[in-house]
Amino acid sequence: MTTLVEPPVRESDAEQPRLPGRRRAVPVVPEGAEVLRRPRSRTRDDVLTSVAAAIGSLAAVWLLYTKLLPFDGKIGFVVCWYLAFVLFYAGLSALTQPRHVVVDRVVTTAVIGGPALVGAALLSTVVVIVAKGMPALVHPNFYLDDMAGVRPSSDFDTGGIAHAIVGTVIEVGIAVAIAMPLGLLTAIYMSEVGGRGARLVRAVVEAMTALPSIVAGLFIYTVFIVKLGVPSSGFAAALALAVMALPIMARASDVVLRVVPGGLREASYALGATKWQTVWKVVLPTARPGLATALILGVARAVGETSPVLLTSGASTFMNSDPFHNPMNSLPLFVYASVVSGNPNAEVRAYAAATVLLVVVLSLFVLARFVVKPRVVKTRVVTERKDR
Amino acid sequence: MSDSTPRPGAGGDLLERDDIPRQVATRLTLQDRIFVNGVRSVGLLVLVIVSSIGIFLGIQAGPTLSHYGWSYFTEYRWLPSQDIVGIAAVVLGTIQVAVIALLFAFPLALLSALFITDWAPGWMRPTLIRLTDLMAAVPGIVFGLWVLVFVQPHATHVAHWLSKTFGWIPLLHVRTDTDYPIWSQAPGYPSYAGSAAMAAIAVAMMIFPMATSVMREVFSEAPVGEKEAAIALGATRWAMVRTVVLPFGKSGVVGGTMLALGRALGETISVVLIISQTFELKPYVLEAGTSTISALIASGFKEASPSQLSALLTAGFVLFCMTLVVNTGAAMVVARARGNEVTEL
Repeated sequence: MTTLVEPPVRESDAEQPRLPGRRRAVPVVPEGAEVLRRPRSRTRDDVLTSVAAAIGSLAAVWLLYTKLLPFDGKIGFVVCWYLAFVLFYAGLSALTQPRHVVVDRVVTTAVIGGPALVGAALLSTVVVIVAKGMPALVHPNFYLDDMAGVRPSSDFDTGGIAHAIVGTVIEVGIAVAIAMPLGLLTAIYMSEVGGRGARLVRAVVEAMTALPSIVAGLFIYTVFIVKLGVPSSGFAAALALAVMALPIMARASDVVLRVVPGGLREASYALGATKWQTVWKVVLPTARPGLATALILGVARAVGETSPVLLTSGASTFMNSDPFHNPMNSLPLFVYASVVSGNPNAEVRAYAAATVLLVVVLSLFVLARFVVKPRVVKTRVVTERKDR
Repeated sequence: MSDSTPRPGAGGDLLERDDIPRQVATRLTLQDRIFVNGVRSVGLLVLVIVSSIGIFLGIQAGPTLSHYGWSYFTEYRWLPSQDIVGIAAVVLGTIQVAVIALLFAFPLALLSALFITDWAPGWMRPTLIRLTDLMAAVPGIVFGLWVLVFVQPHATHVAHWLSKTFGWIPLLHVRTDTDYPIWSQAPGYPSYAGSAAMAAIAVAMMIFPMATSVMREVFSEAPVGEKEAAIALGATRWAMVRTVVLPFGKSGVVGGTMLALGRALGETISVVLIISQTFELKPYVLEAGTSTISALIASGFKEASPSQLSALLTAGFVLFCMTLVVNTGAAMVVARARGNEVTEL
């Protein structure tokens, strides 16, 4: 917000144009004893102007939009209100402020309005998904049963998504078991060993982060399911997820490792440590929080990917905990299949499953933060660099 | 690769003439050799795995291109049963969806990044950064559902109004009678749901966090001294941002936007959920019916014969090349912006 300094009422104010600035400290000549002035970045004038503009524009738009002009619709109303608010705010400010302050205030409305719009969208996403899924979410069998023998249209006290949850855990587990060590070791190779080979690997890995997930899925589908004749299974889906996640994880870990200050490595070498000792005792512990975050976010992304799974795993309605035989379901796939089925009850199940998916992603995220927390003091250098 | 790399600072050039330069040769210990070679072999294994995908896709393109020739790129219909296959329409649709998504996401990302770095109070900043990261992890299908049930019913009204008012602009035209209300469009005519613009809303939500975090990182590295100098000279906050932060972060803005574009091109499932698939070359982005490469793959792989599968793979290869070009450009721009560090995820 801008920004006029609380105008110290004195004669100099009259002839001098008011100095705008977000800084509080315009030198005030102290008279007699110094009084502690509480600097504020926002004055009463600022607040009143914005409140007045908000109320005035709301009233004007309400009158024009709903009563006089042949418009309706909520979106149009909000858009018009925002435009009118900017207009009123600029006009009101222009009465008392110089032009650049007016521009600043108009820009500020946009800078606050943009993120607010996104925040509202995000909030509405969560609310809509949870609200739509609520009828199914309240039944415990939704978490404990599978959909074997349950028709999509049947009531919510039968059937559930246990098979999809188990499938997601198995598929993502296998994918992570493949992609995470390979990605981490590749990152160590790229940033700690170096050399021409490492540069080549880095170039190729960075290029492959551009691989769209659907193409990764299609690759596995063509090679394993069509060419080698392996039937759709959870393992094929896990491979597709691993192919997708491997470059992402390698690159994310590489970025984190490269942030580790070179001075730490040099200190370690100067003390006579070998390469292995340096990596194991210095570099990795220093990068631990960043690595954990990067890898867990990679897992979160793999959990939510639908397209590779869509092509490779088939979709079972029954519990299948064997990744090598028979189709397997997973949460994103269940959501997709239920929505496109068009049955109202199946759609509700889809929203409920999407809620579960959101909860899984959120808890992975919280886990990432939790892993980062305890050591954050020791590795302040790294975290600060990363967060800046 | 030789195992003996001289340690830095061990050069003999500083020594006096009489001294015999000591040969410094560090022999890696056994442990180190195992470590270095082990890690190197994993790295090369990953190189092989990862590049084999690209090579495989490239090889697959061969038969398709020799079978269909140039018409593969100029044909807009996708009728595998009649052996008429081409990707002109899906490429156009892919670009349309991605560009519209960028039109939505770019200003929002720019404003949000500025808000986080320069407007938000300090206590709010970590929360906002975390929220953006969290948003990046929200599955695409969730945003697809959100657009399907919540946004689209409202957005079709906006689309209707736009086409009614600005229908003379080819992009906003809809080939239907716009004077009819939305719910009573004549059958057989396109309506407003399931258009490229609707899919772009979901895609915009997907790419927003990525663009925001790249821009935010670059903005936050703007020199503090110059920012304070601008303030001290009496600049308003916006004047400070305009004269210091934006010029400094220009390449971050471009790079972040391009990275987001690369992501938008490949986005699949939310697009598949929303669009009603048609194969047409048309500029009308508000009109129902479009298709993207990824949606084509997702909907077409099941019934595909081996030759059609290779046609799909070629489409996938084209998509991969598009994202690769965009991402590489973005990486170059971003890398120039902040030295060695490149963006993650």
